Amino acid sequence: MQPMDSSFLIVTLFSPLFGSCSSGLLGKMLGDRFAKSVSILGMILSLAASWYIMGHIVYSGPQDKLVPIATWISSSTFNISWDLRLDTLSVSMATIVTSISFLVHIYSIGYMSREEMPTYRFFSYLSLFTFSMLLLVTSCNLVGLYCGWEAVGLSSYLLIGYWYTKPAAVAAAIKAFVVNRIADLFFLIGISLLFILSGSVYFSDIFQRAPELLRTHYDFIGYDFKACEMISFLLFVGAMGKSAQLFFHVWLPDAMEGPTPVSALIHAATMVTAGVFLMARMSPILEIAYYTRALILIIGSITAFFAASVALTQTDIKKSIAYSTCSQLGYMFVAIGCGAYQIALFHLTTHAFFKALLFLGAGSVIHALHNEQDMFKMGGLAKKLPFTCVVMWIGSLALAGIFPFAGYWSKDAIMKSAWMYNSNCSYFAWVITSLTAFLTALYSWRLLFLVFHAPSKNQALTSKAKESPSVMINPMGVLALGSVCSGFILSSYYIGSKHTHFWGSSIFTGTNNHILSLIHRTPLFIAQTPSILAILGILVAYICYVRFPILPTKLANSFSGPYRFLINAWYFDRLYQIIFIKPYHILSKILWNIGEKEIIEGAPLIIADFTQRSAKTISRTQNGSFALYALTLVIGLVIILTTFLIYH
Amino acid sequence: MNWTLALPEIILSLSSLGIISYGAVQKRENPFFICSTFSIAALIAVSFLIMTGSNGLGFNNLFISDEFSRFMKLLILVAALLTIILSLDFNIKASSNSFEFTALLLFSTTGAMIMVSSNNLMTLYLGLELSSLPLYILCAFDRDNVFSSEAGIKYFILGSVASTIILYGLSLIYGFSGGLGYEHVHLAFASPNPIPPGLSFGLIFILVGLCFKISAAPFHMWTPDVYQGAPTSVSMYLSTVPKFAAFALFMRLIMGPFGNISFQWQLLIEIIAILSIIVGSVGAIVQTNIKRMMAYSSISHMGYTLVGLAAATTEGVLGSLIYLTVYLFMNIGTFAVIAAMTRKGLIVENVKDLSGLGKTNPGIAAAMAIFMFSMAGAPPLAGFFGKFMVFWAAISAHLYILTIIGILASAISAYIYLRIIKIMYFNTLIQPLDPQPLSLSLITFSMGTVTIIFLLFMSPIVHISKIAAQSLF
Repeated sequence: MQPMDSSFLIVTLFSPLFGSCSSGLLGKMLGDRFAKSVSILGMILSLAASWYIMGHIVYSGPQDKLVPIATWISSSTFNISWDLRLDTLSVSMATIVTSISFLVHIYSIGYMSREEMPTYRFFSYLSLFTFSMLLLVTSCNLVGLYCGWEAVGLSSYLLIGYWYTKPAAVAAAIKAFVVNRIADLFFLIGISLLFILSGSVYFSDIFQRAPELLRTHYDFIGYDFKACEMISFLLFVGAMGKSAQLFFHVWLPDAMEGPTPVSALIHAATMVTAGVFLMARMSPILEIAYYTRALILIIGSITAFFAASVALTQTDIKKSIAYSTCSQLGYMFVAIGCGAYQIALFHLTTHAFFKALLFLGAGSVIHALHNEQDMFKMGGLAKKLPFTCVVMWIGSLALAGIFPFAGYWSKDAIMKSAWMYNSNCSYFAWVITSLTAFLTALYSWRLLFLVFHAPSKNQALTSKAKESPSVMINPMGVLALGSVCSGFILSSYYIGSKHTHFWGSSIFTGTNNHILSLIHRTPLFIAQTPSILAILGILVAYICYVRFPILPTKLANSFSGPYRFLINAWYFDRLYQIIFIKPYHILSKILWNIGEKEIIEGAPLIIADFTQRSAKTISRTQNGSFALYALTLVIGLVIILTTFLIYH
Repeated sequence: MNWTLALPEIILSLSSLGIISYGAVQKRENPFFICSTFSIAALIAVSFLIMTGSNGLGFNNLFISDEFSRFMKLLILVAALLTIILSLDFNIKASSNSFEFTALLLFSTTGAMIMVSSNNLMTLYLGLELSSLPLYILCAFDRDNVFSSEAGIKYFILGSVASTIILYGLSLIYGFSGGLGYEHVHLAFASPNPIPPGLSFGLIFILVGLCFKISAAPFHMWTPDVYQGAPTSVSMYLSTVPKFAAFALFMRLIMGPFGNISFQWQLLIEIIAILSIIVGSVGAIVQTNIKRMMAYSSISHMGYTLVGLAAATTEGVLGSLIYLTVYLFMNIGTFAVIAAMTRKGLIVENVKDLSGLGKTNPGIAAAMAIFMFSMAGAPPLAGFFGKFMVFWAAISAHLYILTIIGILASAISAYIYLRIIKIMYFNTLIQPLDPQPLSLSLITFSMGTVTIIFLLFMSPIVHISKIAAQSLF
């Protein structure tokens, strides 16, 4: 069975690439129908292969092996071959990626059907995105992972800017790319530092030498840091970029400029989860980096709260869900900070289902309303889009963490671990995330009520709305099923009794780390708080948006300061504008005017000008006069004689 | 008395005497064609003689035949041969198709070969004058053209000045060393005592005279005027044969008799090389007449060849020999294209007249583009390897400043060559040129092919040149 697994992993990885290349290169010639078929075919192959390996792991136990593909770099001490790592972590990620991506591909057929331009480009990019993410999760060394990491950045750029005639989309694509590049720089430095200190970029080597890294110190600008803290901090900054944590989150809401299926893919499977995956992958190093984990805990919880608070005031349906993702990623990082990597991955998995569902639902609404995204123009759509309404309810229930939906299992586990981790930071995180749980329910039902149940504000728009075609509805149905069931089905494997058997050696847990067993001893009151707060949030949303719809406006008017603070997303964009972008523009202008125009362009122009003038001088001396020619000859002779006499 | 060593020279001079006699007594209207054919045959025969020639000294050590001299003589003969082939058609257009043309050309070639084979200061002077005097006449060969006459006179007067300078140098060396043979001069310079300044002065006078012959700056002033005025076939000859001969002398002198005092002349040659490269590259920029432009181009090429000499090593001489070989092909090719430039039967010589050649005559335009790219030193064409070899030698000899200036100047010279290509392919057509005659097509095509595939037979050429270069030391 073993070699079968290897070849199946290769199929999983490469069939999306095949689909992407075929649809991208031949799509123009052979048409959209071909492009769609071939990229979906690639996804079906990839999906089947990944589920096969997953099933194999579930039934016959964890694996840990390398699948060699090719030698890549071979240079004295720096040797990298392109191998795939087959273990539970990579396979579980691959399974999520292929599943979500497959459903998004199917959904896109319906969603993109109104495009005037051919859509083969879109399907090619989608498959490329999937391939990039698979490359990232299956790599057995950090350099390969980094390649996948960058490929994900590239494909997200291509997809966010898919409607390249829209200036906002182009700007958003550039923003996503640049913000990620900044974080990637830290990641790259982290990889380099790791290579310098441990001499390898292979996970297996690094993990063996992790205890040494605890003892190694690294001197940075006069301060002495533990090597493991330094490295994990750098890697965490990289993860912050991809996973849109506070300070690096600014690209995420803007990325909503892309087509909605892309948002679903980015938010559920292929991009923002990369950071969480990286942290889980590097668990042996994070386990010994206590301070960095504390930092992760704080950043994660603040991100969760920040994003939830901003989501409260958004009017755009997609932006509201986008901030919700940001907030949920914060939860995952809280789990990482507590050393509960399995819980983080569990939440990642359940979140993938309900967040993809919410986005596809939102997409269905947008599709029905012909690209209207403002929630305050919608209303009363429950009757027009009954199926969408139901799945959105399911998604929101899962998001809010209501029993027995998926989110309940994972999110509660995170909050329990934050409580039981038993440190100042983790209590802080627990308080913050509990508040966030309330806010999460509030903004989710605000969305639901505004879109589906409040009276319609724009009859002309909403009356013509029609339920989406079945090609869009079916994927949502599958995701709704996942949002309901994935929690209690996977709970025992991911974090419950079977977790050691399930994860095998793919996630490292230190000898003092008993968080997974501790969470079962959480006090009942603490364990129930999130659910109670969530239900409270739903009630508040009901009061504000159904019973007394005037209330939110009144609140916004009377607390205009805090309201503006929230609706401007804590003024991060404006702050960055002042701190980074403006000085950067000024610097660029200086470099352009002085460096580029004066020096780089100017110097050759001066030289050329000088050459031209000397050429004219030379041809002027050539006036045809014998006397002058003979004189030059003699002068030359004299000069050469003189030079000779001087030097000898 | 090993007179057979000089058999090629003897045959060539007898041939030219024969042509003159035949031309004087024959009854035909114009014996130009038959005389040209005869001289082509003579040149080919002589080339074979040279290829099979042997080493040795002749005529009481006045005359030397070695691998180096035979290599240079072959270059000279090929150039002379191609000039006569070109003149078959061209001279009719330029109304220079009298039989004396070929006779004078053969005399000049003989003189050049004697220069190459000289082993005595007297032979040197004899060869120099024999090659120069016919050239003065050839430059003025198109008598009805006022520019041609002017070119002849100018070249004659300035050439005489250069000749006197050389003669003065010879007399200085004779006076201070007491002998004329090269081995004698060599001994005089090799003595452990301080070298008398008269000897050094003599050396410098000779070098300056030779620099005039190869038109190196600052002794280049005659070149543009003479190239422009002389018939194109003569310009082509002028840009190759006398230069090769003078270079051969240059190499033989500074490696042989003056070989012991390389520290004395190395700096001078560096200066002259730098000046030539810069003056040639920069001066060509503003030229509108293509022959004038080529004159400047040849000045800069001579500068590059001198770079190899300045290294004063076997690699340096090797580099210079390769450079000269490559220069022969691309220069003759370019002049063949220039010779083909006629419009409605009239010769045109402006750079602008090439406008739109890429459309009207793609074949000849492609050939010209190849020559220009090669002259600019674009790999993998022949010109690149010439430049590469000389710069490599210069770097090996630690002449870094010279190399840097040379490479920078070659960037400038790239402008002048690329300008021609731009004019041919991107400027709008004014009026098409006449279709070129067969002999010109033949030369353009064969030279273009050689320039392109030089890479393929580079190793035998390098091998032969290396043997030639080593025979000097």
